[in-house]
Amino acid sequence: MSAFANPFPQASETWKLPDRGRVAMAGLIIAESAIFTIFIVAYLFYVGKSITGPSPREVLETPIFYTICLLSSSLTIHLAAKSLARDRVGAFVGLWLLTIALGGSFLYGTAQEWHRLIYQHRLTISTNLFGTTYYSLVGLHGFHVTAGLVMLVITAILALAGRVAAEQSHRVDVLAMYWHFVDAVWVVVFTVVYVLGR
Amino acid sequence: MSSNAITIRGVQMEEKPWVDTLHEWVTTVDHKRLGVLYIGYALLFLVVAGIEAIVIRIQLMYPHNDFVSPQVFNRMFTMHGTTMVFFVGMPILFGFANYLVPLMVGARDMAFPRLNAFSFWLSALGGFLLYFSLVGANGLYGAGNAPDVGWWAYAPLTARAFSPGHSSDYWTLSLLVSGFGSIGTAINIVATVLCMRCPGMKLSRMPLLVWLNLVMSGMVLITITPLSASQIMLLVDRYLGGHFFDAQAGGSAVLWMHFFWIFGHPEVYVLIIPCFAFMSEIIPVFSRKPIFGYPVMVAATVCIGFVSMSVWAHHMFTVGMNSYANSFFTITTMAVGVPTGIKIFNWLGTMWGGKIQFKTPMIFCIGFLFQFLIAGLTGIMLAAAPFDWQLSLSYFVVAHFHYTLVGGVLFALFAAFYYWYPKITGKMLNETLGKWHFWLFLIGFHLTFDLMHIPGLLGMPRRIYTYEPGRGWDTLNLLITLGAFIQAIGTLLFVANLIISYFKGAKAGNDPWDAWTLEWSTSSPPPAYNFASIPVVASRRPLWDLKHPEDPDSRYE
Repeated sequence: MSAFANPFPQASETWKLPDRGRVAMAGLIIAESAIFTIFIVAYLFYVGKSITGPSPREVLETPIFYTICLLSSSLTIHLAAKSLARDRVGAFVGLWLLTIALGGSFLYGTAQEWHRLIYQHRLTISTNLFGTTYYSLVGLHGFHVTAGLVMLVITAILALAGRVAAEQSHRVDVLAMYWHFVDAVWVVVFTVVYVLGR
Repeated sequence: MSSNAITIRGVQMEEKPWVDTLHEWVTTVDHKRLGVLYIGYALLFLVVAGIEAIVIRIQLMYPHNDFVSPQVFNRMFTMHGTTMVFFVGMPILFGFANYLVPLMVGARDMAFPRLNAFSFWLSALGGFLLYFSLVGANGLYGAGNAPDVGWWAYAPLTARAFSPGHSSDYWTLSLLVSGFGSIGTAINIVATVLCMRCPGMKLSRMPLLVWLNLVMSGMVLITITPLSASQIMLLVDRYLGGHFFDAQAGGSAVLWMHFFWIFGHPEVYVLIIPCFAFMSEIIPVFSRKPIFGYPVMVAATVCIGFVSMSVWAHHMFTVGMNSYANSFFTITTMAVGVPTGIKIFNWLGTMWGGKIQFKTPMIFCIGFLFQFLIAGLTGIMLAAAPFDWQLSLSYFVVAHFHYTLVGGVLFALFAAFYYWYPKITGKMLNETLGKWHFWLFLIGFHLTFDLMHIPGLLGMPRRIYTYEPGRGWDTLNLLITLGAFIQAIGTLLFVANLIISYFKGAKAGNDPWDAWTLEWSTSSPPPAYNFASIPVVASRRPLWDLKHPEDPDSRYE
């Protein structure tokens, strides 16, 4: 009995399984969602429980412009991935660089806000519960944006070197999934910190 | 059945220098080698944490004993709990999952072999960090300082003021790092199960072990992560002056408890579900019957997965929650007993009317069934909030969860070792030594943990360093310690069996148990590529179909 598969009936021709990259990214997103959930629960639990100031109402300013930047980067990365799937590499590179610029400007916005809070309002992570939960939650999200940007930049470098074509489109899709997740988390963080938490 | 491995004569006979062998093992991305690495690493920690348990038991052997100092006692139960959960339970079960899942779904490796290696080395680093605290916690001059905050590390014990030095930091980092390893492995198992199945292996045809490991991995994704998140918060508190768990700045110690048990309770199901998986593979083979109620088993597992996410606060009845929370967590905790009961019923249904073969793997399974049932019953008792108010933080609770973790998880693991050791090494484990191991361990287990319920009922608290004589606990504690030694001897016999059988054991052949799942179709140990040609399956028992072409299962599915 040298050939093992022979005694079995033939499998149907259409044996299709999901793409492992997408499944793994979905798994990572589920795991990350749980991490964010815990930080968000902590944030909401501690709203208004700080013993000393400053309070969110006093110091927070809603970052509308930079939020629009980040959310629109979801659209550009989606269009970029679509262009790549259709083998329009030029459009892909353009939209990809635009995504990086939008993500980068969001991080710049966060940096500006933190600079203002730290130097103008003397709010640091150890000032009060608001500082602790605010910097942890927004910082955790900012970390995920940064990680995403690193991967986007690596892809951009490979693309500019001519190494990205339609064959890699399923990998770019996986990265796009992550970026959409980071944007979706921002919608929740934004709501919690700038709307509910004030 | 003959091997489908391609063996080239002469090549495997060549002796390699040991450095090359070591290099191969350190750099391997083969799921089987990583599985063995996981298991070996966990066994090492099993011995370490076992020695810690023995130290605890010697200390409590008789009243006013001072075998170790109170500080060392605290370190011992902290390290014992942390090691057993994170560096024995998790890695050993991941090891078996790593080894078996790709073989059982007819794949050549996991979905992401390099991620797999990365996850293992992260877990290994975690264990190293935990024990490095013995040296590094107080700097080089502060030897002898390990974490002493308990494995649950309640705030404010972990605050800078109450835990100076770095022992709590090592504890935190070690759990954070090994947690990332667990998440990586869980993602890998999910992707392997969903994307790497051989043709014909529909979800409804997967072996139950694969199904249950899929559920376990899904649970890991949402239960380990809350722990990682709360460890990050603890690090923020300890290093950046945050106030998450700092009651003086308005923080909440109870929040830590919630976060810890949101992880902690599903975690015990993460540990027990792979053991249910072993049961579901081993019991049918030694009862010579297919598993009873396959779809119900899958449904019950998924149900356990969901319900177990909403039971965590039964660890916190004594904290003083409101009556709605108490009722909710009492009801959900009791509800978990239903799908678990269905499982026990189905294993009994599998054995019922079967031609049971009492080989070593099977007798460990039968031990598991009895003990897990009793552990479940004391679990139902403790789920009732008023009863829990009386017995929380007593030895009754210690007896209950050791009944699940030793009587359940460890017995299932021993069964798995006896069952799959032939596949992993190509040698059979010695049956006589196995029977000795079983009976010694069984007697030791019951002596220790049956009796441990009684001092609990009599009011002996957990985590006490020593106690007054004449409270009716003295003889019981002596017998409990005696049982611990008997279990240690049983475990030593097991380790001896592993070593002796590796060199002197009888050859196993491909399929020593006349089993039905795909891992038994390839050689023992399997070649690096697992299957010379990717198998195609048409039923839940592909090897039955192969051995009985006149009456294949596929006809009835």
